[in-house]
Amino acid sequence: MNIWRSVIEALESLNGNKMRSGLTMLGIVIGVAAVIAMLALGAGAQDTILGSLSGIGTNLLFVFSGGEDESIRNPEPLTMSDAEALEDSFSAPSIEAVAPVLQGSAEVSYSGEASTVTLTGVTPAYFPVRNYVVSEGKEITEEHILGRASVVLLGVEVADTLFDRREGLVGETVRVEGQPFRVIGILEERGGGMMGSQDNEILVPFSTAQARILRRSPADQVDVIFVQSVDADSVTTTEEEISQILSQRHRTAVGENDFTIFSQQDMVDTASSITGILTTFIGGIAAISLLVGGIGIMNIMLVSVTERTREIGLRKALGARKRDILIQFLTESSLLSLVGGLIGIALGWAIGAVVGIVSTRSGTAFEPAVSLSAVLLATIFSTVIGLFFGIYPANRAANLVPVEALRYE
Amino acid sequence: MNDAVIVTRDLTKVYQMGEMEVHALRGVSLEIQRGEVVAIMGPSGSGKSTLMNTLGCLDQPSGGEYILDGETVADLNDDQLADIRNRKVGFVFQSFNLLSRSTALSNVELPLRYSGTTSGRKEKARLALEAVGLADRIDHRPAELSGGQQQRVAIARALVNEPAILMADEPTGNLDSKVGQEIMDLLLNLNKDSGTTLIIITHDPKVAAQAQRIIRLHDGKIREEVSA
Repeated sequence: MNIWRSVIEALESLNGNKMRSGLTMLGIVIGVAAVIAMLALGAGAQDTILGSLSGIGTNLLFVFSGGEDESIRNPEPLTMSDAEALEDSFSAPSIEAVAPVLQGSAEVSYSGEASTVTLTGVTPAYFPVRNYVVSEGKEITEEHILGRASVVLLGVEVADTLFDRREGLVGETVRVEGQPFRVIGILEERGGGMMGSQDNEILVPFSTAQARILRRSPADQVDVIFVQSVDADSVTTTEEEISQILSQRHRTAVGENDFTIFSQQDMVDTASSITGILTTFIGGIAAISLLVGGIGIMNIMLVSVTERTREIGLRKALGARKRDILIQFLTESSLLSLVGGLIGIALGWAIGAVVGIVSTRSGTAFEPAVSLSAVLLATIFSTVIGLFFGIYPANRAANLVPVEALRYE
Repeated sequence: MNDAVIVTRDLTKVYQMGEMEVHALRGVSLEIQRGEVVAIMGPSGSGKSTLMNTLGCLDQPSGGEYILDGETVADLNDDQLADIRNRKVGFVFQSFNLLSRSTALSNVELPLRYSGTTSGRKEKARLALEAVGLADRIDHRPAELSGGQQQRVAIARALVNEPAILMADEPTGNLDSKVGQEIMDLLLNLNKDSGTTLIIITHDPKVAAQAQRIIRLHDGKIREEVSA
């Protein structure tokens, strides 16, 4: 018996009971669709998160005050001189640029409209280091720093809230914590970030923030130092250099740094492990429905074997060996689940696409990704389920005693 | 002339029915010559179905010896039995037992598929259907055929592998007497033309009377053999 012939025969037999075959397949369809949709959404979410992280820049490092765990007490704050020390190209040759910032929240208002936003006090280096682009107006310059100028750049969300528009705002005056600031530029839209929207942010000169809004003690304290390494490959070297310089300056013992260096790679790793766990978890739950579908196949194949006992007896009388009967029923069950699996893949892909469209319409750019490996996995897995859950019924059919099977009513 | 296609010696068959042992065959010895037409008769419970199953290699005897067309059947495993059935035995059943979803041609083709015949299956099946007078019905499904026509398809299927023996179990039992006689004529003609040994299990004396020899079973033993 060749395979093709048994496939045709299995199709004929499944076709003979369309309703039943369809319902049995539905179990697999739903299971596979759920798995595919979940994997696609998971992969899409991962892409979106990783995409927004890569927007930060792959050669970017963050330096915070404080140890990586609770064991470091009374950490010395990072200061402007720490930042300046990092700029030394002799002790830190792999550091391209250093951007210390002060960060806090502040209230911005304009003619009665007020909004609480993230205020960041920055140096000119901040713009290249963080890939901030000014869509209209100018960046903050060294003169602004020296003069502690009351100038501000607005994120688009802030502009939307205060002015209901994004153009023609240069020259307007807004109040930050009650003090008048002149708008010198609008930042280009950046989208969501790790900690909320990056567009609900305003930038002021570092010295202005230090002196007038976010007063810290000691006075030259900085909240975060962004460090750009010369290229993505030297991030590890950069990390070592920062660590060496700062531990020397803070006089900390080896392994007891009172600061934390965080690279974009660390964030990517953390984020992908979180989304990976979520995807596996949800996919696992979806896989349970696949299992239920498989049990459905076994159930219906058992019914089919009982129903066709006479047919099996006849086939054996005509010379079918155990193997022939086994192959016949296994072909049917795996065909059921294979076809169900293929429909499920299409359905799951469609579900993912619809969710993608809906979420893109509602403002979050999100592209569900059906990977080839997921499709292959689903196809193979559903066929294997058909085979596995078909084995018991098929075996039962193959082991029927011909005399009794022929006598069966 | 002694060209026996079936030789049995002291065939016994014991079924275990719970605690009880049922002796369905209690020592059956018989010989059937090649090309012979034999009817096996007997009341129900006489063991004639068991004898048919044993002679048709559907079941193994509990004891005794059975040689079919020169091959010793005892000791064969299930798959070897399947092979013997496929090559040497053709079955015709009272209730036709055709696959309802398949056409007459596919039904007749079935034994060829199990025998591993790869080439010319359709042609062979077509010839077999022609031999039973159904050349114009090859693409019909069983539901589109009369009872007599269905039994003809079954006979074509039984003969397509050119078996040594043809076992017919009440072949006319589900047919009215006119059509039943047509089927009997067909079987006898096929026997005459191709020399296939024909064994008919029946309780109908009119059918049995057309055989060359009648074997009557009673209580698991041969009670009498009558040559017609």
